[in-house]
Amino acid sequence: MESLSASHYGDYEKMSAGTIKDFRDGCRDAIPICLGYLAVSFAFGIESSKIGMSVFQAIMTSLLNVTSAGQFSALDVIARNGSYIELIMLQLIINLRYSLMSTALSQKLDTGLGTLHRLGISYGVTDEIFGVSILKQGNLYPMYSYGLIVTSVFGWVLGTGLGATAGAVMPARIISCLGLAIYGMFIAIIIPDTKTSKAIMYVVISAMTLSTVFTYAPLLKEISSGFRIIIVTIVVAAAAAVIAPVKEESHE
Amino acid sequence: MNNVFSYIIVMALVTYLIRALPLTLIRKEIKSRFIKSFLHYVPYATLAAMTFPAILHATDYVVSSVMGFIVALILALNKKSLLTVAGAACAVAFVVEIFLH
Repeated sequence: MESLSASHYGDYEKMSAGTIKDFRDGCRDAIPICLGYLAVSFAFGIESSKIGMSVFQAIMTSLLNVTSAGQFSALDVIARNGSYIELIMLQLIINLRYSLMSTALSQKLDTGLGTLHRLGISYGVTDEIFGVSILKQGNLYPMYSYGLIVTSVFGWVLGTGLGATAGAVMPARIISCLGLAIYGMFIAIIIPDTKTSKAIMYVVISAMTLSTVFTYAPLLKEISSGFRIIIVTIVVAAAAAVIAPVKEESHE
Repeated sequence: MNNVFSYIIVMALVTYLIRALPLTLIRKEIKSRFIKSFLHYVPYATLAAMTFPAILHATDYVVSSVMGFIVALILALNKKSLLTVAGAACAVAFVVEIFLH
């Protein structure tokens, strides 16, 4: 990757891709993410072993997907031997937010940045990595992103492996409590913004209410959990977009 | 029985495309105000729908789940970190379940 010649071409590459220092900064900034991911992916590893996935399968899932909500929801589909269409729709809707984040990130990249680096950064667009990247001052250098990604994914994959391995030998009561980890993480992501935005607060409350109705109401409860999430998301987000459209100036 | 690996590959492809297409193709800002607003609210709606009511059965007892949920809400409202919120929710549920036994 690194050009040994000091040609102007090499300098340009260095400018747009960043330096080894950016990589180290990324690694440092991702330490809290790594720790958080360790806890949550540990829970994922346990859940995956519960439905009969092997340690290797669990690790591959985490390494190839790096998406907490998507992976947890997929376990349900896999356990039920659900259809690929349902899995695709579910991932599409649950992870659709990543396309918004990718769009925002694209505005922070050097316009001359090559496609390969763009593809590299794409691998690690998660709620947390996006949060740190978008708050970074100035341009976003791929080397910085790679630092964030390597450190975060290390925690994500390691936790998955530990959870999948330990799931079988851990005391039932501890496993029971770790089931809360993923929801604790979701709450930590969505709840703080409800304090600053009334619209987001109503979105969260409406989505939880509607999801409860779909879970327990006769007839509606027949709908699988995957489609329930898809329907609730589309209805609530579309209603919110009509009732409380975001301000035109969107570079926060 | 579908192969577990084909599920993993299919979801990995979908998820990667979602991330990669905007980063490689979209170089301009999205114009539609509705789509921008819709995308803005999607994460909150999805994660909220995934969290509730599923969180009530996250542990073996509804009581410990509810206590964990409440503690997570309080900590999140005080902008505590991801690790703190997730860890505290698990810890509280663990303590509650000790008393249940």
